Amino acid sequence: MISHNTLVVVLGCTALGVAAGAVGCFALLRGRAMLSDAMGHAALPGVVGAALLGAWLGADPRALPPLLLGGAVAGALGLWAVQALAATGRIRQDAAIAVVLASFYALGVVGLSVVQALPGGAQAGLSHFILGQAATMRTQDAWAAGGLALLSVVATVALFPRLRALCFDAEFAALQGLNIRRTDAALMGLILLVCIAGLPAVGLVLVVALLVLPAATARMLNHRLPGMLAASCAVGGASGMLGALISAGHQGWPTGAAVVLVGMAFFVAALLVRRS
Amino acid sequence: MTQFLQLDFAPLLCAMLAGSTCGLLGSFLVLRREALLGDAITHAVLPGIVLGFAVTGARAGLPMLLGAGAAALLASWLITYLRRAARLEGGAATGIVFTSFFAAGLVMLEATGARSVDLDVDCVLFGQMETLLWPEATGAAALLDRAALSSLPPAVFLLAGVAVAVALVVAVLWRPLKLLCFDAAYAQSLGLPVRALDIALNLMLAAAAVAAFEAVGSILVVALLVAPAAAMRLITNRYTPQLLGGAALGAAVAALGYALAGPLPALLGSAHAVNAAGMIGVLSGLMVAGAAMAGRWRA
Repeated sequence: MISHNTLVVVLGCTALGVAAGAVGCFALLRGRAMLSDAMGHAALPGVVGAALLGAWLGADPRALPPLLLGGAVAGALGLWAVQALAATGRIRQDAAIAVVLASFYALGVVGLSVVQALPGGAQAGLSHFILGQAATMRTQDAWAAGGLALLSVVATVALFPRLRALCFDAEFAALQGLNIRRTDAALMGLILLVCIAGLPAVGLVLVVALLVLPAATARMLNHRLPGMLAASCAVGGASGMLGALISAGHQGWPTGAAVVLVGMAFFVAALLVRRS
Repeated sequence: MTQFLQLDFAPLLCAMLAGSTCGLLGSFLVLRREALLGDAITHAVLPGIVLGFAVTGARAGLPMLLGAGAAALLASWLITYLRRAARLEGGAATGIVFTSFFAAGLVMLEATGARSVDLDVDCVLFGQMETLLWPEATGAAALLDRAALSSLPPAVFLLAGVAVAVALVVAVLWRPLKLLCFDAAYAQSLGLPVRALDIALNLMLAAAAVAAFEAVGSILVVALLVAPAAAMRLITNRYTPQLLGGAALGAAVAALGYALAGPLPALLGSAHAVNAAGMIGVLSGLMVAGAAMAGRWRA
């Protein structure tokens, strides 16, 4: 039988999948999918920095909220760096994304090697943020990550009319009085929120797949946004739940990898349905 | 001197070879606006590497290169296919393909038991430059001694072979590649085999990703591929400086990063070393930031 802790972790991963499905729809339609890759990777130095700061202050180094806050700050910095580089006009956004994700991640790796040299083994779990390991999450961590995920679902629903206008015809929406910059920033914030909530369970390398796969699957099956959004949430939730269950059953399988492979199976099935 | 040869020579050589090879190839990614393809291929080669490893049971160069080449071609074909079949934009298709390949590679790493031997997740994520030792070097004479040279870590030979091969191919295809970068449609109308050149570039990328994998891991290869080329792109508009400068910057940043991570602090009396691959990646990012500022100042 599943233990209480596993149950909470599986529920947290399901909530995360639903949130990624919801936010991923708009990320995909607005062409922002790969930015989440940059933000996810860029979070690593923030997580490590927060752990170092916590160790220095003598706080509980395993407490999740400060680590996630550090990750969010670094992820936002990474996003800013991508936009600053692309604004030079000489290298395109894709090159800027690649540079930022690799160099921020590298800073995190340097930080990890510093942390490992510190006395005390409490920091050993930090590298789980890279590939995700839901099995090692504690009950309160799963509540925190799941809560963040639900928050982003609520925010997506609240912003639904604006996000829809932004994704379908931004220029027309601007004429109608929509503040494009602010709405785009809100979408970025939502993507960042999902990336950060996904760090402990899915990990920073594969969080981009959690945003893209359910939305791409849903898009092939639906031609209208409400249907696509619902299908995307359902696929995301199912991927999160099944992935967490598979990872809990197979010792050593990173949860991120299991979630992505389940999501991929849904995607391939939808592709086959559409082709036939 | 002996200590330098035993501890630092092989990793430094590997880092510089990886830096110059990736720096050279990265220019094509940046000029052709396909930087994310570099990100995709470096991740997508993982299942190929694991499969090559599982078949031979050792870190043998050729099977890993073959597996990785196949994985890279399959991934780049899938990206093109998905853009059409699932009507996805390039970034989303790339995101789907490389994460799926990487996830499959991670699970294969567990399933084949390759992890327990000496290919592990840490090597994928952080690189294992510190394990490239050369214990047989007993003095400067070892550099000229065939027996001692042949006992260098196999990663050195793999990287050197790939570096020479890539340099030769780029030199031979210098003008066709130049045309491909600046106007692919015109190149095709002249009768250049554009698809074959495309495949050749992807195969070279895969080979560089595999060879550099042991030195810097599969994520930091992205830094070496894109950062030197992006830095050169920020300060030059000419093809030859772009390519050669990218290679030189790659080698320089790799050497400096390695030195800053361990040997220099040690020389100054510090016992703390940090991850060398990480240090190289950080310097790469700073280099691009510096080039961006220099470019703005010049303009």
